[in-house]
Amino acid sequence: MSTVLQARDRAPARTPAPGRPRRRSGPSPLMAVPALAFFAVFAIVPLGGVAVLSFMEWDGIGDPSWTGLDNWALALADPATYHAIWLSVQVMVLSWLVQTPISLLLGVLIARRGRFRAVLGVLYFLPMLLSAAAIAIAFKALLDPNFGMSRAFGLDVLSQDWLGDPTLALYVVIFVIAWQFVPFHTLLYQGGVRQIPVSLYEAAQLDGAGPVRQFFHITLPQLRYTIITSSTLMTVGSLTYFDLVFVLTGGGPGDATRLLPLDMYLSGFSGNDMGRASTLAVLLVVAGLALSLGLSKLSSFRRGSQLEGA
Amino acid sequence: MTLVKRRTAVIAAGLAAVLSFTTACGSSGPTGGGGATAWSLTGGDEQTFRTSFDSAGIEAQYFGNDAYKQKIRTAIGAGEAPTLVFSWSGGLLQSWVDSGKIMDLSQEAANDPAFVNRFLPSVARTGVLDGKTYAVPNNGMQPVVLFYNKELFDQIGAQPPKTWDDLMALVPRFNAAGIAPFSMGGQSKWPQLMWEEYLVDRLGGPEVFNAVAENKPGAWSDPAIIQANTMIQQLVDAGGFVHGFNSIATDSNADTALLFTGKAAMYLMGSWAFPTIKQADPEFITGGKLGWTSFPTVTGGKGDPANIVGNPANYWSVSATASDEQKQAALRYLREDLMNDTYVDSLLAGGSVPPLTGIEDKIARTEDPEYLTSIYEMASGAPNFQLSWDQALSPGQADTLLTNLEQLFLKQITPEQFSANMNATIGQ
Repeated sequence: MSTVLQARDRAPARTPAPGRPRRRSGPSPLMAVPALAFFAVFAIVPLGGVAVLSFMEWDGIGDPSWTGLDNWALALADPATYHAIWLSVQVMVLSWLVQTPISLLLGVLIARRGRFRAVLGVLYFLPMLLSAAAIAIAFKALLDPNFGMSRAFGLDVLSQDWLGDPTLALYVVIFVIAWQFVPFHTLLYQGGVRQIPVSLYEAAQLDGAGPVRQFFHITLPQLRYTIITSSTLMTVGSLTYFDLVFVLTGGGPGDATRLLPLDMYLSGFSGNDMGRASTLAVLLVVAGLALSLGLSKLSSFRRGSQLEGA
Repeated sequence: MTLVKRRTAVIAAGLAAVLSFTTACGSSGPTGGGGATAWSLTGGDEQTFRTSFDSAGIEAQYFGNDAYKQKIRTAIGAGEAPTLVFSWSGGLLQSWVDSGKIMDLSQEAANDPAFVNRFLPSVARTGVLDGKTYAVPNNGMQPVVLFYNKELFDQIGAQPPKTWDDLMALVPRFNAAGIAPFSMGGQSKWPQLMWEEYLVDRLGGPEVFNAVAENKPGAWSDPAIIQANTMIQQLVDAGGFVHGFNSIATDSNADTALLFTGKAAMYLMGSWAFPTIKQADPEFITGGKLGWTSFPTVTGGKGDPANIVGNPANYWSVSATASDEQKQAALRYLREDLMNDTYVDSLLAGGSVPPLTGIEDKIARTEDPEYLTSIYEMASGAPNFQLSWDQALSPGQADTLLTNLEQLFLKQITPEQFSANMNATIGQ
């Protein structure tokens, strides 16, 4: 019974691969200067600007004027802000719950060798080639209750008001997001599965473990770091879902899909309230940082050896 | 030593590349060459604009509607506006004027009476803010009309509605025949605003909205607004709008298609739906199946039934931050190239009616004299031509209005809640 576990313990998962050169020479840290300069000019400076703007009133045209904490007080007293945050949390949690099991199982399936799986894999990764805008436009057309696929296939079941019903729209958005991102996470898991030493499975087979036990006792534990990487990307990424939702629903019907990033954009560029938009942007940055740091801490992520795809 | 030097050189080159890239971003505005520039919209009257700009030597760029609205604001804020600024007038133009970014054209209008006088007064008036002329019309009038499918009306043996009661009586009859009474692109939100604008105007007249525009406290609680919203929800309850109307977007013209493919009997839309149908299904028009009429009257309403809502036109303004040379070129364009004979003919051929006085004869000689004449008469004879509310109000109020209106159509809020939510935006 414990052979499997012992086999895992013996596996050199955390120690550096033997024979890897330990030279300290390599590219000089100075080589990072251009990249750091880019990062400073295009990330740090605008970020600081947004933080400053969150204490100002600005309609995007005239001169910004200081208002102190007004934007923060207004944004934090506005039910619309909490509605947007609640929607974002729902999308984050549900996306994770939907995408993780699917991509994990597909990743495991596709990781095995075989011509059939290779073809399936290639077909399956097609959504990764499409831009979010193209995906949104395609789904909008497919889901149209009068001209979409319900009409094309004569299936009345499909003739729901998918994007126009406030209770359905959010779930449709989560579905389309999953359709877009599951292939990417499948790829991550596929890579993770292929890194698991085959000897573990051979040992397990000798001990008479079936595929299900192999999955739960070898594959899943070995994929721990992959799961954390994928989950970090998923949860932090869900704070940035914008393009797809913007094109698919525009935040509607009503405010049913007005997620936090969308609320930020619409406040700033439709409502011309750059102060409120900047406040929401700072909230998003803080939430993203906290999430990503929290997940790393939780997993002592940085000390792991399986840093693939992070 | 040489290695360190080379390294420094590489870093310096890298930094130089970074800096030159950033500066390039800063100077990539539309101004250049000293000539006048213009930004306009794709679709609609684009071809007319293109031809006139080419002959006047103005450098023009074209954008989609929403993309333009977002881009122009950033450009004006950054002092990178084109010389000729395209707008709907109203609240958007007002905010640019307030920031001193738009040139006052009053002197031009005083020196050259034809500069403004050739336009229909009701349309020219929209370009006047605070008693000064800031904008002149540049394309066709866009009143909102009730389009209908004559064939479907014949099928159930009915007449187009003259009153709101007629309209409500038609709803169950069309539904019984398996035809949607009204097409509607609810996802775009603004088509719902047309119902609100017309009903409030019919019930209470232009004063109701004027009070809102003047930021009178509690202006959104006017009984006319509450009654209009109650009537809208009654129409929704009765099944007045096509199934799934909230997931139909107008930018794909799916709502227009419902009308000419015989799935919906009526369609409340701006006059620009005509060129769209003309392009998509010309036989629908030549076969005499397309009907159009004005919005029904409401019994007991105070508003003049001849009032219309929509966009009086789109407008040109001149950027105050342009160079003198560019300003002169732009003014010359507005005097000589805008709305000259070729320009007017081109607009009419595309199915647009320019807001000019005394062009009845020209209209009679076009391909669609019947439709164009009725639009011209409707717009020129209207006691009040109300600019679309989302354009007339400040952008922040407009955003809240469209969201609340959609929730009203979805029955997520009551007419009273709508009024309360909107009253909170007064003065913003």
